[in-house]
Amino acid sequence: MALSLKGYGLGEGSDAVKVHIDSGRCQGHGRCYDLAPGLFGDDDEGYGQVLGNGIVPPGEEKAARLAVANCPERAIDLLEET
Amino acid sequence: MAVDNRFGPEYRDADDDPALFIRNEIITGPVSDWATDFSHLEPEWAADPYPIQDDLRQRCPIAHTGRFGGGWLPVRYADVAAIAYDTDRFSSRAIIMNNARPPREIAPVGGSPPISSDPPFHHEARKLLLPAFTRSAISRLEPATRAFCDSLIDAFDGRDVVDAAQEYAQHIPVRVIADMLGFPPEDGPQFREFVADLLEGINLPPDERVERVHRLFQYLLAQVDEHLARPRDDLTSYLLDVELGGHKLDPDHVVGTMALLLIAGIDTTWSAIGASLWHLASVPADRARLVAEPGLLPVAMEELLRAYAPVTMARLVTQDMHWGGVDMKADDWILLSFPAANRDPAQFDRAGQVIIDREVNRHAAFGLGIHRCLGSHLARMELRVALQAWLDRIPVFSLADPAAVTWAAGQIRGPRTLPLRIRD
Repeated sequence: MALSLKGYGLGEGSDAVKVHIDSGRCQGHGRCYDLAPGLFGDDDEGYGQVLGNGIVPPGEEKAARLAVANCPERAIDLLEET
Repeated sequence: MAVDNRFGPEYRDADDDPALFIRNEIITGPVSDWATDFSHLEPEWAADPYPIQDDLRQRCPIAHTGRFGGGWLPVRYADVAAIAYDTDRFSSRAIIMNNARPPREIAPVGGSPPISSDPPFHHEARKLLLPAFTRSAISRLEPATRAFCDSLIDAFDGRDVVDAAQEYAQHIPVRVIADMLGFPPEDGPQFREFVADLLEGINLPPDERVERVHRLFQYLLAQVDEHLARPRDDLTSYLLDVELGGHKLDPDHVVGTMALLLIAGIDTTWSAIGASLWHLASVPADRARLVAEPGLLPVAMEELLRAYAPVTMARLVTQDMHWGGVDMKADDWILLSFPAANRDPAQFDRAGQVIIDREVNRHAAFGLGIHRCLGSHLARMELRVALQAWLDRIPVFSLADPAAVTWAAGQIRGPRTLPLRIRD
């Protein structure tokens, strides 16, 4: 599990990083949309949803990392945009 | 409009047959060895379960008891998580470990859907309730909750010592859930009795337990009548009206869910608010830091939920099997301790310490898997608002008499007497 953005090239001007929710694992704890409201929202049943295209903009890296690290269901990943 | 006759005499006069429950001998008294004879109802556990859990984690790590007809207590995070995720081999048809097991036939619905339900029915029952408990739906209740907390604190005017468990924490979830269900707020004291009947009177004679549960259902049926006569915008009218698979809900489902919503949010949130205030009263540095940095509260709150997670669930084993190094039998209990999981050093750095600014905190206070606490957004709102209001209004407080603090025994743990000095 990637807890750090190091190695994803973030901040080095290379590949973008995206957040991804595994909807099969998400149970709607809501830690992601509490900790990273710029990246996640909730749907009508409270399950987490990635906002927009999920690309982590500059300044949101720490929030993204906290969302991944605090999800009780380990439902969130950071993916290298290809 | 067609008359809703689901709750007529035929339903009310039907006798549940308690004989179908599998009963066992009630065993009470001091625990001889926590690894082979545990009981979460004994005073030693209520006072401080964490050293017991830490010891078991070294020794077992799945403890056994012959009480309650036989059961197991896993204390490692990995085992608790695996059981929570394995709904095939660990059923939720009973979630309070006691001396009577419901018959297997009540699965997958159970007595109080969806907490008592297994797949595939569970998902359908839960889906009906999720929209009312999203963070945004709950946020609409926040101003009234804050005003209510302030009114409780207003009543402390002129006093030096107050009981933060009985005069503050207890009232907050009672008021909020009464509003959501559309029950009269003045009935709050009765709800407290219902909770005690269901969650605390575990070792009472079974007939007495049946009688106490009956009292709760009589109350709920009176609320059903009132709402059928005068429908309104609340959860009770919603449950009476909503359809599942093209039909209105079975009457047992309606009343069982009402019971769940009433009971599940009271002791639990009361315990979380009380335990948090107990911690802050006991550790002046943490209290002072939260007063100085109110923005830290959301992070601190998660750590208090991790360290003092109030809720332990139960499951019933569905088949004889070798699991986690032990031989489980069908119908054995599992005492599913999220509090023990939350203090497993294999999962958490410095697991036994409260670190008020812990940022990485993948705790399981609201459970894991399909039964994630339906009310978690409500509980978090109530806990945050209750602590905010208290810290704003009473920034300096301490334990008035540490020896007078008492903690609830059973599956929901929190302070039940908490005298705090709020003025020098």
